Amino acid sequence: MNNISVFCEIENGIVADVSLELLTKAYHLSEKLNCKLEAIAIGNKLNSIPKQVFPYGVHKLFLVEDRRLEFYQTLPFTHIVAGIFKESKPQIALMGASNVGRDLGPRVSSKLNSGLTADCTELEIGDFYDKKNDKQYNNLLYQIRPAFGGNIIATIINPEHRPQMATVREGVMKKEIINKNNIGEVVNLDSNKYLNNTDFVIEILERHVEERSINIKNSQVIVSGGYGVGSKENFKYLYELASVLGGEVGASRAAVDAGFADHARQVGQTGVTVRPKLYIACGISGQIQHTAGMDQSAMIISINIDKDAPINEIADIVITGDVSSVVPKIIAAYKKNTK
Amino acid sequence: MKKLKIVVLAKQVPDTRNVGKDAMKADGTVNRGALPAIFNPEDMNALEQALQLKDKYPDTEITILTMGPGRAADIIREGLYRGVDNGILLTDRKFAGSDTLATSYALSLAIKKIEPNLIIAGRQAIDGDTAQVGPQVAEKLNIPQITYAESISYQNNNIIVKRRLDNGIETVQSPLPVLITVGSSATICRARNAKLLMKFKHACTQSELQEKSNDYIIQQRPYLKISEWGVDDVDADDKLLGLSGSPTKVKKIENVVFTAKESKIINDNEAEINELIIELIENHTIG
Ligand SMILES: Cc1cc2nc3c(=O)[nH]c(=O)nc-3n(C[C@H](O)[C@H](O)[C@H](O)COP(=O)(O)OP(=O)(O)OC[C@H]3O[C@@H](n4cnc5c(N)ncnc54)[C@H](O)[C@@H]3O)c2cc1C
Ligand SMILES: Nc1ncnc2c1ncn2[C@@H]1O[C@H](COP(=O)(O)O)[C@@H](O)[C@H]1O
Repeated sequence: MNNISVFCEIENGIVADVSLELLTKAYHLSEKLNCKLEAIAIGNKLNSIPKQVFPYGVHKLFLVEDRRLEFYQTLPFTHIVAGIFKESKPQIALMGASNVGRDLGPRVSSKLNSGLTADCTELEIGDFYDKKNDKQYNNLLYQIRPAFGGNIIATIINPEHRPQMATVREGVMKKEIINKNNIGEVVNLDSNKYLNNTDFVIEILERHVEERSINIKNSQVIVSGGYGVGSKENFKYLYELASVLGGEVGASRAAVDAGFADHARQVGQTGVTVRPKLYIACGISGQIQHTAGMDQSAMIISINIDKDAPINEIADIVITGDVSSVVPKIIAAYKKNTK
Repeated sequence: MKKLKIVVLAKQVPDTRNVGKDAMKADGTVNRGALPAIFNPEDMNALEQALQLKDKYPDTEITILTMGPGRAADIIREGLYRGVDNGILLTDRKFAGSDTLATSYALSLAIKKIEPNLIIAGRQAIDGDTAQVGPQVAEKLNIPQITYAESISYQNNNIIVKRRLDNGIETVQSPLPVLITVGSSATICRARNAKLLMKFKHACTQSELQEKSNDYIIQQRPYLKISEWGVDDVDADDKLLGLSGSPTKVKKIENVVFTAKESKIINDNEAEINELIIELIENHTIG
């Protein structure tokens, strides 16, 4: 049976969260398909990769270690990944919809002439009957994603071409250890088998990478502000509330565009996807591009002067009022009751 | 230095940023007619990068290439108004229904015919948001690619690009030929130039000409003719185009509907908010 393959993105010897999230998803898909889970890691020092990925249920890990491959580069990575796919013939191949995955994925798909669906929000296994050719396909990958600016949800399939390729954004799938004692097989591959010298024509002259200082994705409580918060100044109420609740501050794109908050805090289709225990939406109208990134939150509270704001339709609790008046009252009530 | 011969890839897209209530038909499909067709925003950023190179190296030649229906000739006119040298509309019924891979195949054939040494595309088109066509074209042309560019310069026969990483910036250097995709963090595009607007106002394709019947203008001023290429002009293999050339198929489209929850309404007063907070602490949502 052909397997599922996940390309693992590595920065400073650490496997990216998005790759671990995909391994988790891919493991569950592999159980449904009754096949195995494979992972690919390419880079310089990879000795700690096996123990990072095996708990996620990986059966087989392909390692390609090469001094020249410390940083991602399109051509060498394309040739290695496409080469491994040609040999191991996975039925499904997944990668993160990060800047790396979105550079590599289309290149590999073009090389192998296989279809690729970008930015999927759900992946499922299902069947398809092709009426025109009277042909039945079983166990295809349903690649589900928003399109047209989030106004429609499309289910895409690749009936004939393999691998069925998809990219998924960070935070969309849940990361979950499958078995912390799982040990899989490590296969070391020689990079030279896949590369030629012209693969290094692009030279990296300079590289500045910042540590990610803001990470709202893993926060259990998110206090998020929209354009309705009114100013950067007013955002201080949100920071205070987030800090007393032990949470983080998020923002809508309109708030980010207005300069009220950093882009790293943006929630939604072009920001991060979050699923906290509690999401407090302050002065956010709830356009589809925003709610796409937070509607899986366990509880949603909306604070809005407009009682008919669309966000209220998905909120569990609606507080009708002005952010600058409601938020201080919440802080006071919380302090009073937790003394 | 080698003369730059640039192809800018630009697409006409429905303006998904301003989707009104009439944008969806009752059967859940997109009502394209209700959406204004615009120049894909990031392709404008790509165009500006090409124009800046031409500002610096005036012998640079820029061709704007777009694949789409007849009305996509607007894209080429917008390019001409801003300073590109010429444009090609790749149009044929057989291209319809192409996914990104089939689109890339068609575009790569047209590019081979133009023989540029630099190709600049937008990062992604707002209708599909896939960001696939650029890299897929580069692979079909078997040349390197540089994605997420913020600025492009040209020195000693090398292209130097500052590009965005997820958490940083990288500067890379490539020889020609190379394909570059430009993101929205690059400089926004200049406005139309008034003189060029006057000059190219009547530029049109052969098909448009037949409708307008203003042949004589084109005869006098041949530069007003926008080339149209079809499947045969680029020697495309029909099997690799349109629906049959597309590995991905759309199985199902759903209109996005909010499922309204039963929500609890609370007013802006201390007593009600206090009660809510006590409840949230008790059920361990916070605390
Ligand atoms: C391709 C694309 C991608 C996008 N991606 C994202 C994304 O990732 N994330 C995102 O958030 N958006 C995204 N958007 C933008 C999105 O469509 C909306 O424009 C945006 O989410 C609106 O932000 P907002 O709710 O803060 O502002 P508005 O829509 O202006 O809403 C402000 C709200 O605040 C309320 N309000 C005003 N004053 C007060 C007050 N004093 N107290 C309480 N309430 C008040 C108003 O009633 C209103 O409901 C995207 C758009 C496109 C086209
Ligand atoms: N039909 C087309 N004609 C010309 N260029 C295109 C076309 N489709 C895509 N492109 C280019 O490829 C980029 C990425 O498109 P996409 O993969 O659809 O997000 C766009 O920004 C354009 O530069």
